[in-house]
Amino acid sequence: MSGSDEAESGSPALSRRRFLIGTAVAATGIGAATAAAVHDGELGGPPATFRGAVPWIEGTADVPPGASGTDYRFFTPAELSFIQAAVARLIPNDAVGPGAIEAGVPFFLDRQLAGKYGRGAHYFLGGPWPKGTPQQGYQSRFTPAQLYRAAIPAIDRYVGSHFSGRSFDKLAASDADTVLRGLESGAIALGDGVDGKTFFTMLLQNTKEGYFSDPIYGGNRDMAAWKMIGFPGAHYDYKEWISRHGEPVPFEPVSFLGRPGWTRGAT
Amino acid sequence: MTTTLKPVDAVLVGFGWTGAIMGQQLCDAGLEVVALERGPWRDTSTDFSTGFAQDELRYMWRHHLFQNVTYDTLTIRNNTSQEALPMRHLGSFLLGTGVGSGGVHWNGQIWRFLPSDFLTKSHNEQRYGKKAVTDHDLTVQDWGITYEELEPHYDQFDRLCGTSGRAGNLNGKIQPGGNPFEGPRSNEYPTPPMIQTYAPTLFGEAAARLGRHPFPHPTGNLSQTYVNPLGAQLGACTYCGFCEKFGCGNYAKSSPQTTVLPYLMAKTNFSLKTECEVLRVELSADRTRATGVTYVNSAGEEFFQPAEMVILSAYVLQNVRLMLLSGIGKPYDPATGEGVVGKNYAYQTMSSVNVFFEDKILNPFIGAGALATVIDDFNGDNFDHSGLGFIGGAYIAGMVTGGRPIEMIYTPEGTPDWGLEWKHAAAKNYLKSFSISVHGSCMSHRGNYLDLDPTYRDVYGRPMLRMTFDFTPNEHKMSDYVTDRAAEVARAMNPREIKINRRVGSWSVVPYQTTHNVGGAIMGVSPADSVVNKFLQSWDVPNVFSLGSGAFPQNAGYNPTGTVAALTYHAAREIVTRYLKTPGPLVQV
Repeated sequence: MSGSDEAESGSPALSRRRFLIGTAVAATGIGAATAAAVHDGELGGPPATFRGAVPWIEGTADVPPGASGTDYRFFTPAELSFIQAAVARLIPNDAVGPGAIEAGVPFFLDRQLAGKYGRGAHYFLGGPWPKGTPQQGYQSRFTPAQLYRAAIPAIDRYVGSHFSGRSFDKLAASDADTVLRGLESGAIALGDGVDGKTFFTMLLQNTKEGYFSDPIYGGNRDMAAWKMIGFPGAHYDYKEWISRHGEPVPFEPVSFLGRPGWTRGAT
Repeated sequence: MTTTLKPVDAVLVGFGWTGAIMGQQLCDAGLEVVALERGPWRDTSTDFSTGFAQDELRYMWRHHLFQNVTYDTLTIRNNTSQEALPMRHLGSFLLGTGVGSGGVHWNGQIWRFLPSDFLTKSHNEQRYGKKAVTDHDLTVQDWGITYEELEPHYDQFDRLCGTSGRAGNLNGKIQPGGNPFEGPRSNEYPTPPMIQTYAPTLFGEAAARLGRHPFPHPTGNLSQTYVNPLGAQLGACTYCGFCEKFGCGNYAKSSPQTTVLPYLMAKTNFSLKTECEVLRVELSADRTRATGVTYVNSAGEEFFQPAEMVILSAYVLQNVRLMLLSGIGKPYDPATGEGVVGKNYAYQTMSSVNVFFEDKILNPFIGAGALATVIDDFNGDNFDHSGLGFIGGAYIAGMVTGGRPIEMIYTPEGTPDWGLEWKHAAAKNYLKSFSISVHGSCMSHRGNYLDLDPTYRDVYGRPMLRMTFDFTPNEHKMSDYVTDRAAEVARAMNPREIKINRRVGSWSVVPYQTTHNVGGAIMGVSPADSVVNKFLQSWDVPNVFSLGSGAFPQNAGYNPTGTVAALTYHAAREIVTRYLKTPGPLVQV
């Protein structure tokens, strides 16, 4: 079994995905989705008619499509070098809390871009494609994966022509920050059909997603970002704490994968 | 090849809150009803169980429960001089799909509009003069219905949901602890208000010190277990902080699933068909009667479902679009002001004030969708607008819907969005900050409307809906004024600092604001200036009813669901008691 996320397949292999995720997380307390029924809130299934009863099918829980394995499936080595250098500046490491690298954000980004998000699920990409106003939001023809693929070399070309032939990952921290700020403000024009500001907005958002989302998706390693801010994670019951105003809640964070010392077999 | 199906008494187009309520009412009257829902079946144990419901990435940022814009979106622009472009990714509003639709992933904020909200034009004109309701090209109208007419149906929805709250006005008598500005209620809330956590408590104390009138927000997040009149059992909220954008794993949030479906789905005269998208309403040759609807399922098969009544119970944007695609009513033209379908599209005017404490631990993750202490002193016409240059208002809520860290980390004024400084600010402030919400009305305006896009089409080849919208000077002035009042409360809490997030500039589709889209199929007293009558019945095709917030001629400063549901019950009562006996127009003109 090489992996449990749907990213490995270009087509939505729903039944296989369900089965694999179910087995991957069954030991951690999430109900196992062992049936091969199609039941997906995003892509829909075959048409159905219901009459006379509330339908319920055993084993169809719509469990999260977590990441597994450690291999990279989307980024090329050059792209990965850029991503590591960029996210290390977006969320640097220090004693206060983990940096994006330490939280596993590059791996998270890789799996997101290799999967449905990267393919533009929940984006409308049909034409025509005029630029639009800032208020009209995302107007690129690119899927997120295509935008990363196009933007990274475009940024490296820009950096090469402005910083004596270097690539982004070889820049000093202060120069890297200058480039990132230029992308953020729109001051840097990349050309080749890539809008640097659009890419920066997406990269920063995805980086924060990888930093703070449930570790089942491959980022937020050891829930260290949650520990840093004091978020207890996937708890669902705080009734005893409602009226205890101002008291620190002493819960260790917990994820869908459990936590050390609580989940058998988890590390 | 279109297959014609066996005729039914009523077909429901869309199966969220309004479809579920109307379906239950019509089935109880003995009608054969079929509901067509374009999304999938969804229920608590399979789709948002407590084992995996608290997933910010999947539900909020990957839109797992929302309408997938890949297959259907709309085009947007701020004014008619611009070219409308597709909303390529959800942002400003998060449209629902599937069984229960937005009723699954709403916050559970249950409000009634003020009596004066239903008389936006006449009330404000009488108190502030004609200019007040016509300035800035405002096109506000009266609703053609009164609070008193709707009250029994607001009450019906409260009893369905088990709404938790405290009455402020019982049969005209002001009650301590409730909202003293609300219209008279015939009954106390079915369940007591939620217990307030630290931040809403501090907000309420500060507001009271300023002479305001704080009260607990009415919630569809239940303070205790409850069995509703349909026999559905709801659980007590556990304050997990995952309501809006999420389904409730705990049966503690009022939704079609937790309140209506256990009863309705068991009925033998009710059928639900999922993954079935209605393409258009079919009309008789003389266009005075709907004969049924044509729909296509996810297998690509096309059907004609004949029906005696067609109930548009999809979201406002789909209802309006189906009317335009089907030729029901005359489309609105902003250049001439003629026509009605698509007229008076409006939204909600949102702003906020972030509050940062140095040493108070607020634990924002202990939250619920409607967990708030609220003041209503500056909503609607609860205050004197003389000389202010605007009509309308907003409620101000010290609200903690949750502390989901990708979305809800507040950092002080001047903090960059990334880098060490951002990380340090996030680490320092997460537990000690929260946001005061300013939830403002949105008046209707001559240039804000819905029509069909000339360029972009959906997967079925139908024109997309085109939305032309911007905030007007009336809304900016209102929002600035009430945001200043919110900042006063924020400062009275004696925080280390505050950050004021004003409603600035043109409406943008990018940042999330609210999914409170209204208008376009507005109700009124005359076919000359409205699409439906007070019973939500089309003036042009009287066996078509259009439910939902499309009926609002402008938006009040409250969340719409309570009023949407009350209007649905009101329409259902009239259909059952009068229309079924004598099908035809329920209001004569």
